[in-house]
Amino acid sequence: MSLIFPKSFDKYLRVGAGVAGLLLLGGGGLVGYLLTPKVTNIGYSPTQPVAYSHKLHAGNMGMDCLYCHSTVDKAAYAAIPATEVCMNCHERVKPQNPEITKIRESYATGSPIRWVKIHRLPDYVYFNHKAHVTVGVSCVSCHGRIDQMAEVKQAKELTMAWCLECHRAPEANIRPVELVTKLDWKPDRDPAEIGREIIAAKHILPPTNCSGCHR
Amino acid sequence: MSSNINGKQYWRSLDELADSPKFHEWLHREFPENASEMLDGGSRRTMLKLMAASFGLAGLTACRRPVERILPNSLGVEDYIPGKSMFYATAYTQNGFASGLLVECHDGRPTKIEGNPKHPYSLGAASALAQGSLLNLYDPDRAKHVMEGARKATWEEFFKAAKQKLDATGGGAGVRILTESSTSPSLAALKKQVMTKYPQAKWVEYESLNRDEIVGGAQLAFGQPLETHYHFDKAAVVVALDSDFLGIDEPTILPTKQFSKRRRILESSGEMNRLYAAESAYTITGAMADHRLRARTADIGLLASALAKEVGVGGELKVLQGNQPAYAKWVTAVAKDLKAHAGKSIVVAGPKQPAAVHALIHAINKQLGNFGETVTFTKLESSEPHVSGLKTLANEMAGSQVRVLLIIGGNPAYTAPTDLDFGANMKRVDFSAYLGEEVNETAASANWALPKTHFLEAWGDARAMDGTATVMQPMIEPLYEGKPAIEVLALLADLKDKRPYDIVHNYWTEQWSAADRERKWRKALHEGTVEGTAYAEVKPASVAAAPALPAAPEGMEVVFRPSASLYDGRFANNPWLQETPDPITKLVWDNAAMVSPATAKSLNVVNGDVLTIQASGREVSTPVMIQPGHAENSVTVALGYGRTRCGHVGTGVGHNVGVIRTSTAFWYAIGAKVTKTSDSYALVTTQEHFSMEGRPLVLEAGLEEYKKHPEFVKGEGEHQELFSLFEEHKYDKGNQWGMVIDLNTCIGCNACLVACIAENNIPVVGKAGVAKGREMHWIRLDRYYVGNSEDPQLVTQPINCQQCESAPCESVCPVAATIHSPEGLNDMAYNRCIGTRYCANNCPYKVRRFNFLDYHKDLQESTKMVHNPNVTVRMRGVMEKCNYCVQRIQETKIAAHADGRRPIRDGEVLTACQQTCPADAIVFGNILDPNSEVAKRKKQDTHYALLAELNTKPRTTFSAKLRNPNPELA
Amino acid sequence: MADVAYQQDLDALNPPLVLGDQSYGKITRDVSEIIERKTPTEWYIAISISSFFAIILLGMLGYLAFTGIGVWGNNSPVFWAWDITNFVFWIGIGHAGTLISAILFLFRQKWRTSINRAAEAMTLFAVACAGIFPLFHTGRPWRAYWLFPIPNLDLNMWQNFRSPLLWDVFAVSTYGTVSAMFWYVGLVPDLATIRDRAVRDGKPIRALIFGVLALGWRGSVRHWQHYEKAYLILAGLSTPLVLSVHTIVSFDFAVSVIPGWHTTIFPPYFVAGAVFSGFAMVMTLMVVSRWALKLKHLVTMKHLENMCKVMLATGSIVGYAYCVEFFTAFFSGNPYERFVFLNRATGPYSWAVITMFTCNVISPQLFWFKKVRTSIPAMFILSIVINIGMWFERFVIIVTSLHRDYLPSSWGYFRPTFVDIFTFIGSVGLFFTLFLLFIRFLPMIAMAEVKGMMAQESMEKQALEQKGAH
Repeated sequence: MSLIFPKSFDKYLRVGAGVAGLLLLGGGGLVGYLLTPKVTNIGYSPTQPVAYSHKLHAGNMGMDCLYCHSTVDKAAYAAIPATEVCMNCHERVKPQNPEITKIRESYATGSPIRWVKIHRLPDYVYFNHKAHVTVGVSCVSCHGRIDQMAEVKQAKELTMAWCLECHRAPEANIRPVELVTKLDWKPDRDPAEIGREIIAAKHILPPTNCSGCHR
Repeated sequence: MSSNINGKQYWRSLDELADSPKFHEWLHREFPENASEMLDGGSRRTMLKLMAASFGLAGLTACRRPVERILPNSLGVEDYIPGKSMFYATAYTQNGFASGLLVECHDGRPTKIEGNPKHPYSLGAASALAQGSLLNLYDPDRAKHVMEGARKATWEEFFKAAKQKLDATGGGAGVRILTESSTSPSLAALKKQVMTKYPQAKWVEYESLNRDEIVGGAQLAFGQPLETHYHFDKAAVVVALDSDFLGIDEPTILPTKQFSKRRRILESSGEMNRLYAAESAYTITGAMADHRLRARTADIGLLASALAKEVGVGGELKVLQGNQPAYAKWVTAVAKDLKAHAGKSIVVAGPKQPAAVHALIHAINKQLGNFGETVTFTKLESSEPHVSGLKTLANEMAGSQVRVLLIIGGNPAYTAPTDLDFGANMKRVDFSAYLGEEVNETAASANWALPKTHFLEAWGDARAMDGTATVMQPMIEPLYEGKPAIEVLALLADLKDKRPYDIVHNYWTEQWSAADRERKWRKALHEGTVEGTAYAEVKPASVAAAPALPAAPEGMEVVFRPSASLYDGRFANNPWLQETPDPITKLVWDNAAMVSPATAKSLNVVNGDVLTIQASGREVSTPVMIQPGHAENSVTVALGYGRTRCGHVGTGVGHNVGVIRTSTAFWYAIGAKVTKTSDSYALVTTQEHFSMEGRPLVLEAGLEEYKKHPEFVKGEGEHQELFSLFEEHKYDKGNQWGMVIDLNTCIGCNACLVACIAENNIPVVGKAGVAKGREMHWIRLDRYYVGNSEDPQLVTQPINCQQCESAPCESVCPVAATIHSPEGLNDMAYNRCIGTRYCANNCPYKVRRFNFLDYHKDLQESTKMVHNPNVTVRMRGVMEKCNYCVQRIQETKIAAHADGRRPIRDGEVLTACQQTCPADAIVFGNILDPNSEVAKRKKQDTHYALLAELNTKPRTTFSAKLRNPNPELA
Repeated sequence: MADVAYQQDLDALNPPLVLGDQSYGKITRDVSEIIERKTPTEWYIAISISSFFAIILLGMLGYLAFTGIGVWGNNSPVFWAWDITNFVFWIGIGHAGTLISAILFLFRQKWRTSINRAAEAMTLFAVACAGIFPLFHTGRPWRAYWLFPIPNLDLNMWQNFRSPLLWDVFAVSTYGTVSAMFWYVGLVPDLATIRDRAVRDGKPIRALIFGVLALGWRGSVRHWQHYEKAYLILAGLSTPLVLSVHTIVSFDFAVSVIPGWHTTIFPPYFVAGAVFSGFAMVMTLMVVSRWALKLKHLVTMKHLENMCKVMLATGSIVGYAYCVEFFTAFFSGNPYERFVFLNRATGPYSWAVITMFTCNVISPQLFWFKKVRTSIPAMFILSIVINIGMWFERFVIIVTSLHRDYLPSSWGYFRPTFVDIFTFIGSVGLFFTLFLLFIRFLPMIAMAEVKGMMAQESMEKQALEQKGAH
């Protein structure tokens, strides 16, 4: 009786419906994944006002992280060093280098260098460097091998899920406190084992409740 | 926390900070005006959280995320660790008297004021006003620039003009300097130099809530001005005659500390002091009284003399007429009790009472042998009467004899007795300058308005009541062009030292031997007190015969009292304090004429009806508030409201009752005429229902009853065995935080409430918001009336989040935004909350607060600087509530972990409310540690949990209230 | 003669559900032509009014989302007020549809056929209106998707499955989905009818649209078999939902600790109330549409009277529940519980309680009288009164319990703002807009089912006549 859709259309209808459904699911899933911090955060590496190379300083010359980021074991923030700190050496070292002149300028005028923040947590997250560094969580756990980066880029998701992974099972990221800044540390045995021993010895119990990080 | 204070660290860093250009530069970046890179778009919270390296959002360069910049200092500042708070000692002055403070600074921003435990008049506590004064520093309406009339001028111009005028006067003839009460030694020294330079000049002190009568009383009694010190910790019986010694009367903190020491009772064998109070309007002192007598302020004298007679003071004394039987019974009983406790009692009168009454009080205390025991004396810095002094000045101004008038601080144009017509008379002076923190009524009528520094911005010093001096030091560079009084005077008189630091530093160091000058100076700065500056005790030879009292005619009286929140009006532009409810009426953003229910009936008025009050030939209209327990034929009005010029917040808030306050009827006026008008006015309170509806909320018993049945609390709110449907957690490891609030010592002074506001970035919602029941205070002081409506007793119950172990709020939140922590805290994750408000509905204590609107939207940049960077500034649409200052807990835990993972000591974590409580009524700590104070309190037999029958298992619990009534009056 | 008389008696006892001498063709015409004929002006007038209010709703919600919950009168302690009142009200309305189509279907109640389509449609629209409120009552509606258990890689945390509010989300969304399917499956044969008529009348666009909607329905026996099965299964599925949805909605309150909410009788009490209000709304709509669309012979007095009876029954249950609530409060000896109910009766909201009681308990009792049950104006007015009453019931439960709970210090009073009021009126506007669109563009009476029912009836009739002849 029907003249517009012959019987044969039924199967197109079914197939069409199936395909549409699949596309919807697949597409949604894909978009969802592309929006996760895993994809969006890792690898973020903006150009900095001064082409400072961690690879050169921390890597090749083997300067300790604490020389510049001196408050990391004293306070929540691993403060960016004052221009003064750079000048301690660059007073004499490579004074004519164009990058260094930017530093001298800042030192002379007192106008700060406007570094671009890379490792950024939301404002409602109260991360505390002191709390981590002093129990033996190494810089490398969150920042990666900075000593191999000519230009620093974000190495980890820095998401809540990622934080919780470690807070729930920290052993893999706990090492003797004196080694936290030794980014290339290679233990002779299973690091997790060492971690477990330290945890047992120090009764390390990372918070997994809200107020541990949100206040 | 005070481990942060380290003298060495302090003085060096400050000296450098104060002068290093890069510090200026760095600091400037904090200012809204100059904070260019911070202002292009950007998140407020980020800026607050990381002032350490001031932030700027350079907009969205990538759609990926906004670019944030970190701006480290160019030159390092010694001992400065970004994000680490520092505590510096200074002092807050009220009526000239210092009470020591420790001010918490985050990256150069003062963010919280706490009491200095080492200061004798603070002992760690700070009053609501002292804490609130912090916000005045960041008040966007502050006086910022030198103004000549409407013209923006410079300091140089001013000094040039002023110097001409001064030199023209030669020896300073017709030069008048008007200041607030001051006990500053360096200012006093400066004054001397100024007066030697201008011998004919005159120096006048005026404070509208002055202590003229108290000083006059001492003069009458001892023939010399003496400062009286009451030692409430030594007194078993205290009689307060129209005295709010636990409240607003100076000194504000110490008496409470001492009184509560005698009030606290930990087991039924203990002893407790007894407090009698006679007053017209309810004060928190009256609320604490075991026996409170309602009496007109004008009748207090009568009571005093009757009391004097009863205890056996000689001289011809007025006796009570037959028409006051209630008084007579009270007086006999009180006198008997006093005599029974001779040497261990105190009779004290308030500043509103005439000198003669104070003289009488001295006679009584002498007679009772309290001198040298509970009452001691020291010398008095200045005894010049304020009111008469100002009156003379006003007359001179009216007579155009004043050529140069320099007003330093205060706000005489608003606070002066209305009959002096001060504001208008200022216009008669050919050169008048006003140095003040705010652009107010006085500034408006002066030729020159000069910006004064806030006390946290400048060097200075002040003495406590017993003479103990404190060097006041700046926490931050002056935010605007302000200068402190000492600097302005020094520059005017062209003295040797001109920089405020030199003036104060040199004044003190010259007192000391060259050898240990600097050591003493550092110690003074570090400790917050200068050693050996307390006055020696003076033993008055004799007490003059009791003087004749002024007659107290019948009729309606109007009593002027300071506002508990705005004091004399100086805090009118302070939103924190405007929204701090009156301790008794719970009124916010307003003052009202308080009358007793009976008087209200006779006037045929209900709350909010507008009254016209006529007194001393003047009249004012103000809404009425019916106050159970108020004396008959008496109207009490609070000063400090109805300001006409004080900024966006306070201008036009409330009614200025000062317009009927004259120099002759300064504290109260008799024979007032009160009439009802047709209009009415919306008064807003944070609490509308004052009856407990017979529910066991505040448990109370008499001392005797308690001794008979120490377990009396168990009887209340009985319920069957309780069990939970959910599997219950065992909180048996680590720190388990808990709190006990001692209702017996809590006086309901609001100190905790303001402390909480400052610590936790609690927003202000305004009068309209409170009217809708949307106030945000995390701790509220519930006030209930007990007994008949004419003359009830008052009880106060501080309610913060009870941190229920099985919390009704937690089970109903659909997104798990509020969850229990292993340490027994009811965590609130703002960033997870979607604002269904189900938790608040299901909270039996109604302690949860909801951000109905964006309450931070209209904050000025300068005001944002007051925020505590360790606490999230909540956005609209999320729930919030007390969390036992979890940021302090975490900070302490991290510190403890860092140094060898040691356990946290009892009392190492102090919640903001506990830290500042003048009565030490709040105890907080680890309830698992049997030696902790809180664990002991939880074992007390008066200990109980509110609404325990709901099986919420609250962690915040209470010790029942006790009163110690005199059987003869019961 | 005798037979005729006998026949008349029978009709009197059990009046036919289709009046007059009807043919299948006529029914098809009567129902389809409503859609096919040119749009009447009355419809334009009606929809412009209702959509005007629907737009106001949009405005109000926008204002709310941009400014905050503060634009409503909600406060502490009354954190929920009109928002949740409206939610429960609309969800309640939604119940009649499924009850009529599912439960009455399973009970083989023939009289449901001419009203079930409209009732189901109404259900969907009511649920749509209801859905607005839980979404927009949140402080941060842009985060409301957190209410759904979507797996997330960056938080790895789940919802709190102990929260009744979450159960609500599941209950309501399930209910919405199932009702929609049920309704659509029922529509398919009729859509096909319209399609075919369009083809015959040479209306290509309409033919195309309805052709797609009809999902290739050709009325073959296999189609009918599948159709009947599907319909039966869906009916079976939605039957428990009728009870579960409002039971779970009532848990929002019953599970809390607030006196006046913490009550075990809420589930049955809420379901009864829901059916009560639902039927009232169906009544309101049917009375108007049967008159406006000239369907008196299909939606007969018998249908209406039956609905009146249902309202009488459920209304009495509700009334009983009110009394039981008061009694248990008194009998429990719990001072807080007692206070709440005293406060309801005598407190600042007693006016609301009186309205509720009069509208919900007293007014339906009039249905005991056949005169009232069979008078169109009477039942129309009563149905509206009942809807008002049921809105007040929810208001009373939510607001009076909250405004005075445990600590007198935090007692308060709720006053609605203009945003509250217009949001509600707006939701009513949206509801009627959707319903008007429905009656204009879809067959509002299940032709196929009516015909089927006619077939049965005529068979029964013939059987009787034969009996009479012998």
